[in-house]
Amino acid sequence: MRKNQATLTDAEKQNFVEAVLALKRRGRYDRFVRTHQEFVMSDTDDGPRVAHRGPSFLPWHRRFLLDFEEELRGIDDTVELPYWDWTMDQDPEAAPWTGDFLGGTGRAADGQVTTGPFARGGGRWRISVRVDSRDFLRRSLGAGGGVRLPTRAELDSVLALSTYDQSPWHSRAEGFRNQLEGWRGVNLHNRVHQWVDGHMATGASPNDPVFWLHHCFVDKLWADWQRLHPDSGYLPRRPTRDVVSLEEPMRPWGDVTPADMLDHTRFYAYDTDAETGAGGGPGA
Amino acid sequence: MDGHHAGRHAAHPNRRRMLIGSGLALAGLAAATPPALAALPENGPAGRAAPDGPMRFDEVYRGRRIQGWTEPVTHHGPGGDGHHRSGGHGHDRHGGGARVLVDGRDLHLMRNADGSWISVVNHYQTYDDLRALARGAVDALDGAALIPLP
Repeated sequence: MRKNQATLTDAEKQNFVEAVLALKRRGRYDRFVRTHQEFVMSDTDDGPRVAHRGPSFLPWHRRFLLDFEEELRGIDDTVELPYWDWTMDQDPEAAPWTGDFLGGTGRAADGQVTTGPFARGGGRWRISVRVDSRDFLRRSLGAGGGVRLPTRAELDSVLALSTYDQSPWHSRAEGFRNQLEGWRGVNLHNRVHQWVDGHMATGASPNDPVFWLHHCFVDKLWADWQRLHPDSGYLPRRPTRDVVSLEEPMRPWGDVTPADMLDHTRFYAYDTDAETGAGGGPGA
Repeated sequence: MDGHHAGRHAAHPNRRRMLIGSGLALAGLAAATPPALAALPENGPAGRAAPDGPMRFDEVYRGRRIQGWTEPVTHHGPGGDGHHRSGGHGHDRHGGGARVLVDGRDLHLMRNADGSWISVVNHYQTYDDLRALARGAVDALDGAALIPLP
């Protein structure tokens, strides 16, 4: 069961953190950072796009998170990804930013995270896939350019959109996917990357473990949207230039289609599924 | 929360000191690379205006040299300092025909369909023009050097 991080027990937090650190120590974490970085750089509005700025933003990240979660569970099979509801937990000094979980914001001088398990000084979290010379994790929670976290009302306004995505299927498209991703409208997902700042503002954003909690919530929002709009579905259904339609394979896997990713209940549950009546799974 | 904001402002003297330090280091770098920089056309790709008009800047911002073009510069041009990536990810394709250097090193950038820009160091934030993007990158780098992308 994927839970809201605010409800994790101390043991659950510790197990998650230890599994992430173990992945890093075994050299299996950084390939996720590298893959994300590669897709960030190759996904363009005027060329092929898979992971970002196109319809498969959501199914791509669902599979990406599944792969990561499977790695974590290979280390500790009690671990599942938690999600961070950034409309609720907005205090930069409270969970998930505590010393026993993800650690706090970066220090003023250079943005370096100095508290918690991912502080460079602890010797267990060195940034190796990076775009500049700094090898320490950086954050400046809420300090970047007056960005504030989205409100529940803003989130609800995006969940209310009934069309999944539409032409031109990129960063200028109207519809749920692009407003959730954040290139248009109130901006949800992109804005949270900016609010955390530091590595989360870069293409190498998975260097900050909060990436997984952020995207887990984005993933949950897709499931929430499906439930609100049972008659809507993934678009485009037919092959469309430069983007991945419903039954076409996504890179890098090659054997995973958006259709394969539509029903999260095939793989995991969210802690809110019962109260919202999920379980049968949304249709295509 | 206020403490964080106050701390952020209080950081500026430190940051400034760091930038001054890096500026000195960069002076050395610049001295070592005049041939590559001198190979740049004086006014950018003059006479071959990009769709949105010729644009170029070459300035020092917070101790860092930033340069920008709206048309592709051949890979034999600037950035030939051994740190420049080649092949695979052509800047011409991703940069929408533009290029930005920070202290002579390529900043990976991309043009959005609405004409705005993003860079690899501010990848979830759009900028309306290249100079703002370059300055934003300098702010985010906070004195650090760009390194080749993995």
